[in-house]
Amino acid sequence: MLKIPILRQGMPYFSLEEKSLLDHRNGKILAKVSQANTGLILRDLKQYQKSWGRLQEFSTEEILSCLEKASAIFLEDTLPIGKAEEEEQSPEDFLAMQSATTAMPIVMCRRNMDKVGRVLSEMKTVLASLTSGLPFEVLNQGYGEHQGKTVSYFPVGKSFSAILPNNSPGVHGLWLPVLALRVPLALRPGTQEPWTPLRLCWALQKAGIPLSALGFYPCDYSGANSLLTNCDRGMIFGDGNTVKRWSKNSHVEVHGPGMSKILIGEDVVEDWPLYLDLMVRSIAENSGRSCINASSIWTPKYGEEIAEELAKRLAQIEAKALDHPEAPLAAFSNPKIAQAIDKSIAQGLKKPGAFDLTARFRSSERIVHIGRSTFLQPTLIYCPDIKHPLAEKEFLFPYASVLEMSNEKMLQRLPRTLVVTAITKDLNFEKELLEHSRIDRLNIGAIPTCQIGWGEPHEGNLFQLLYRQRAFQKA
Amino acid sequence: MHDTQIAEKLDAWTREVVAWHFNEATGSRFWLDFRKKIGWNPETEIKTFGDLSKFGEFQDSWLRKSDVHDWIPKAYVSKPIYVFETGGSTGVPKTRINVEDFRIDYKEFSDYLCDEDFPRGRDWLFIGPTGPRRLRLAVEYLAQARGGICFCVDMDPRWVIKLIKRDQLDVLEDYKAHVIDQSLTLLRKHHSIECLFTTPKLLEALCQKVSLKKQGISGVVCGGTHMTSQFHRFAREELLEGAAFVPTYGNTMMGLAKSESWTEGKTDYSIIYYPPLPRAVLEVVNPDKPSETVEYGKRGRVKLTTLTKEFFLPNMLERDEGTRHPPCEQFPWDGVKDVSPFQQGESAVVEGVY
Repeated sequence: MLKIPILRQGMPYFSLEEKSLLDHRNGKILAKVSQANTGLILRDLKQYQKSWGRLQEFSTEEILSCLEKASAIFLEDTLPIGKAEEEEQSPEDFLAMQSATTAMPIVMCRRNMDKVGRVLSEMKTVLASLTSGLPFEVLNQGYGEHQGKTVSYFPVGKSFSAILPNNSPGVHGLWLPVLALRVPLALRPGTQEPWTPLRLCWALQKAGIPLSALGFYPCDYSGANSLLTNCDRGMIFGDGNTVKRWSKNSHVEVHGPGMSKILIGEDVVEDWPLYLDLMVRSIAENSGRSCINASSIWTPKYGEEIAEELAKRLAQIEAKALDHPEAPLAAFSNPKIAQAIDKSIAQGLKKPGAFDLTARFRSSERIVHIGRSTFLQPTLIYCPDIKHPLAEKEFLFPYASVLEMSNEKMLQRLPRTLVVTAITKDLNFEKELLEHSRIDRLNIGAIPTCQIGWGEPHEGNLFQLLYRQRAFQKA
Repeated sequence: MHDTQIAEKLDAWTREVVAWHFNEATGSRFWLDFRKKIGWNPETEIKTFGDLSKFGEFQDSWLRKSDVHDWIPKAYVSKPIYVFETGGSTGVPKTRINVEDFRIDYKEFSDYLCDEDFPRGRDWLFIGPTGPRRLRLAVEYLAQARGGICFCVDMDPRWVIKLIKRDQLDVLEDYKAHVIDQSLTLLRKHHSIECLFTTPKLLEALCQKVSLKKQGISGVVCGGTHMTSQFHRFAREELLEGAAFVPTYGNTMMGLAKSESWTEGKTDYSIIYYPPLPRAVLEVVNPDKPSETVEYGKRGRVKLTTLTKEFFLPNMLERDEGTRHPPCEQFPWDGVKDVSPFQQGESAVVEGVY
């Protein structure tokens, strides 16, 4: 039986408390994951000041070089996984195991793996973007020249915890810049997806990152809370309820539901057919599993027509076996969750004011089974009643609503939204969107919501979270 | 379930306790009224421990809603009565009356402790729930029974539960720090304290701040909340620095369950609790059919029966689950291994992608 350890400052530790990681296709135990008790986490965190000191022995350039090496190792090498000398994992094993426990197609796992590898290899660019081009000497020695002025930054976070999700392995690119900023990490992996953070830890170690800078702590909610409470800074991924308690904590970067949207401006709405491919991609890429997938299309008119055309296209995206090279949809590792979502949508549709247009074009039900994998197929809901309960939902599969409202109403109604793609050339509308405080990432023009640059701030800027500028003079 | 001698002893004690509680001269009003409603006579029909199944499952509401005076056996009405509570973070707590039970239970527990680890004549520090719970008085009595005195720091679990439900984790941390600060003050002032009684979380928090060894602590009794074998190992390997560690499982309704004594070189950190037979019996039952005991090695819901002359509580389903474990030499009756909160539920709709 494969046993996944805790990494206590890089050193494997096998706990007596384990959680089974199941292959969703047959319910067989694929691995047993060691669980960290809270006291163990707290004890280790006391050492993080030393770990931070160890990282300061490296220059930013040296760390970047390690990260670049780690990219190739992560993508290509066979790495330890369990009891270091006995169990190893090739990249193909990694993809197969990840697919088995997360129910994501292998082809999608590969894409996400590549995305994470790219973040590592392009960390220099990411860092330049996060720091607005600050010379590395400023980070290395605490001050330096930038744009003709002496500037100084000091670290406010010497330990960083990340409470990680299961839904899409690509998001692991978001915490990696923490290492480039020379801050030690304590990671709490998602229950079904320990694979990526664990593999990254081993790859980073092999590339020369000090062991003491890497903590990997599979644990329960109480352990996760302890990590966030006791590290100087942190990030958390989770549903609305999970992240709510952290939303007002300025030390924690919160990654909750994206509720990303496409807004079609009044000025371009007559051209709506031109944007159908963009809308489909925004809804369905990565099987709708990312917070940057669109879950709603807002348009001033032609709502029904847009919905119908989108439904036709989305209905063509059909579930395929997870090892199919073109599998477009992820399944659900827990079929009961798929059933519960399906039931809740069906329940919502009983209330007047919403229609599942995809149902007209699909050749099968929303919920389908291939082998032992359970899928939910893309669902497009047209909501003439914009207050309908299904109008503002986001689920873990390609799901979107189409709502009709004016530009003015869009601006009023917009809740906190991760990505807004506003298709418009109207400068007034653009200005109002630029001034809008509840939009995290704004795309003006025909840019899919899921097309993002990793260097850009994503629900916060890690550099600003970990460093603060101070006035500085040196005689 | 047990060897013949144990079973006979338990059956005899069951008959004695049932006869006591259902006798007009000694029994409590609650059970005497109960007898009138059931249409059968427990005094004659309960001959063995197994016969207690005739009572069906004990209902929590009986302890929440009835008049606490109804639970006082007539034989004890002139004695000083304590009332202890359990639960109550929201709504009405369950109450249980006590006269001498906590002293009897903790005297028995004292006899089980090793004098070398918990030296007689030395003092104790109790960090845990006081207020309406019996634990504070019980631990204080334990210290007294061993010739010491007990310093106490209160931790209000109802407030803790409220803070968790309200997501006020920062306040929770402050409260924990407040409890630990008081404990450190006592430990630093009173060097006579060599024994500690606390919960796993508070032990972790205390050891974050101080070395038990440097403070002269030689023995720790830990209980009150769930404890995993991993915590047990972690405590022995990383927290205790050589101090003895005694895990316990107890509550206001039962008293205190003990675990098999630890021996050096042991590598199995599983915690197996043995109830204080015959005063209380723990069974592991099929959650869907609580009258059915599960096989050894199988998990099920924990069912408690308390049999003392002060308090009769048959067949109460606990909010815990565990694995049924066979008797051992030290405790020749069934134990419960790896106790954890009872889990039952369906998958909820997961909304949002993050």
